[in-house]
Amino acid sequence: MFAGIDIGSRSIEFALRKDGEIVHCAQLPTTFSPLDQCRKLLAGHSPNILVATGYGRGLVKNLELPYPVEAITEIKAHALGAYALFPGVRTVLDIGGQDTKAIALNDKGGVVKFEMNDRCAAGTGKFLEHTATVFQMEVDVFGSYALQGANPPIINSMCTVFAETEATSLMAQGVAPPDIALGLHQAVVRRTCTMLKRAGLVFPLVFSGGVAKNACIRDLLHKEFKEDATIYIADNPDMCGALGASIWAEQCNV
Amino acid sequence: MSGDAYTQMWDKLNLDLAAHDGLLEVLGKFYGDIYLSQQGRLQGMEYLDFVLSEVHGLRIKELQDAKAAGRKIVGTFCVFVPEELTLAAGAVHVGLCSGADAGTEEAEKIVPRNTCALIKSFIGFKLARLCPYTESCDLVVGETTCDGKKKAYEAFADYVPMHVMEVPQTKTQDAKSLFKAEVLRYKAVLEEMTGTEITIENLKKGISIVNEKRRALQRLSALRAADPAPISGRDALLINQVSFYDDPERFTQSINVLCDQIEERIAQSEGVAPKGTKRLLLSGCPMAVPNWKVPYVMEGSNAVIVGEESCIGSRNVRDLVDESAGILDGMIDALVDRYMKIDCACFTPNDERMANVQDMVKELNADGVVHYALSFCQPYAHEAIKLDTALSSAGIPMLSIETDYSMEDVEQLKTRVEAFVEMLD
Repeated sequence: MFAGIDIGSRSIEFALRKDGEIVHCAQLPTTFSPLDQCRKLLAGHSPNILVATGYGRGLVKNLELPYPVEAITEIKAHALGAYALFPGVRTVLDIGGQDTKAIALNDKGGVVKFEMNDRCAAGTGKFLEHTATVFQMEVDVFGSYALQGANPPIINSMCTVFAETEATSLMAQGVAPPDIALGLHQAVVRRTCTMLKRAGLVFPLVFSGGVAKNACIRDLLHKEFKEDATIYIADNPDMCGALGASIWAEQCNV
Repeated sequence: MSGDAYTQMWDKLNLDLAAHDGLLEVLGKFYGDIYLSQQGRLQGMEYLDFVLSEVHGLRIKELQDAKAAGRKIVGTFCVFVPEELTLAAGAVHVGLCSGADAGTEEAEKIVPRNTCALIKSFIGFKLARLCPYTESCDLVVGETTCDGKKKAYEAFADYVPMHVMEVPQTKTQDAKSLFKAEVLRYKAVLEEMTGTEITIENLKKGISIVNEKRRALQRLSALRAADPAPISGRDALLINQVSFYDDPERFTQSINVLCDQIEERIAQSEGVAPKGTKRLLLSGCPMAVPNWKVPYVMEGSNAVIVGEESCIGSRNVRDLVDESAGILDGMIDALVDRYMKIDCACFTPNDERMANVQDMVKELNADGVVHYALSFCQPYAHEAIKLDTALSSAGIPMLSIETDYSMEDVEQLKTRVEAFVEMLD
């Protein structure tokens, strides 16, 4: 058994594989105590190797587990996961809780270049989560709400705080809230596309990470690149990192 | 010299003693974490540990003694100020601290907020009365290498005795003539200040001392081509940093002793990291003491740094001054020729830097390049893009980092550098 754990800023995913197949998956929110959450996810499992990834990848060492623990970055993990799900993919876009990654792969799935937001969480899951509160709704319905918009204003602020201010003043001007929501989603996609182009975008593209569950972002990405571009979205896009980590665990063992 | 005597000396230099104590404490802890924790360090590094532990102590005492003996102290911020002339005039040449956030709020009163950390740092050190080097200076020499610096020197001139050299932005014949005029103007300033005429003899000696220093650093750099890497990038950076303020002859001698040890180590195939560890070239903006953040992150990411393509590195060391000239004017021309070879991002075009980085990658057997630009440093931010294009067509992987002296982005940097190192497999 080979295990992967992806300790992200918002959620932790766990994947267990045996004979090249995923046999168990689980997810918990990260909370303020990620180690406790890791313990819960790992309880009852004893893989040959555990590979940790995500911003908390260094944490798992503190658990003193009875099996070897390795760490890889989320860039490598997402590349491995995406390539396993969609062989032949050449670019991976991962939008997680606090960062966005655009990863270019060679024809064998190896990382050749990547772009990542630096210290600021602009245009990530956190941006959507925060701006959703302006509309008094949960982030998981924010995407479908934004799809009701028709005439989105152009929102330039990528700073979460400024974007909130901009949204509030647009509301005060009487702009329809779904239009503002759509404008906010467009701002995320604009920023994402710039990053993808810098990484050297080649299709097919895999869109992974929690934000890939947002129907509006998916829709806008498809529109941006027209029909001829292949964009894959995994059934469980937030599991991609943990999947990649479990694949690396299996490869380490060989 | 006792701690009390140092305190008296700092008090006499008008340092803010409480803040200065705080700075030394942070510096000591930082040095312990980043340097003293390293495995398999060379014995010769003890000299550097000592020099750094006495950076505000013994070396400052030496400067005060030199002043008492009538010598002048010249502080600089840039590799364009010819040390050879300073030494010929019998003055002491020191690079001034600009590698830590200090007195930022004060600094932002006289320079815009979106100024790079290096500029804010030297201004902050002065305004917060934290740097005994700045306080010891009889003259501070600036240069017009970027807009941020040249305007900052205007403001800085209200606080220190300032001389600014104009560094041209192209390498045409006219530009060289301009720089020659500036070198001569600096020579006149030095002669006036020290009362010492610069002659064939004392300039010859100055050139020889600085060439020897650069030869020792070139020797160190060449030895780093070995795999396993015989010295860490952090230690090599420290050596380059110390080269800016230590006594040059003593420094040269110590580095040559260290290089002897490195040769023995290479002969025994020993190193600071296992053979086959990924080798990175660090390229870009200068890293002044104690700016060790990026090297620390890089060498904590299963990689070793094998070269610094920077002003505190190869840009300061690569070229020597031709020693064959027999007349003063010829010697000045040799100086100008040497300094105008510097591939600083302030020049347009600056294509030689693109070639020099690629040469270093080959010579040092580097697997990839990490380009470091300080936030708000336009010249290096532009060249990061150019370099990426040049290296990518040569099949050399590059990671571009933009950061400053704060620690808030260390985790994000780690992820990016680790991912880059993984990519090199």
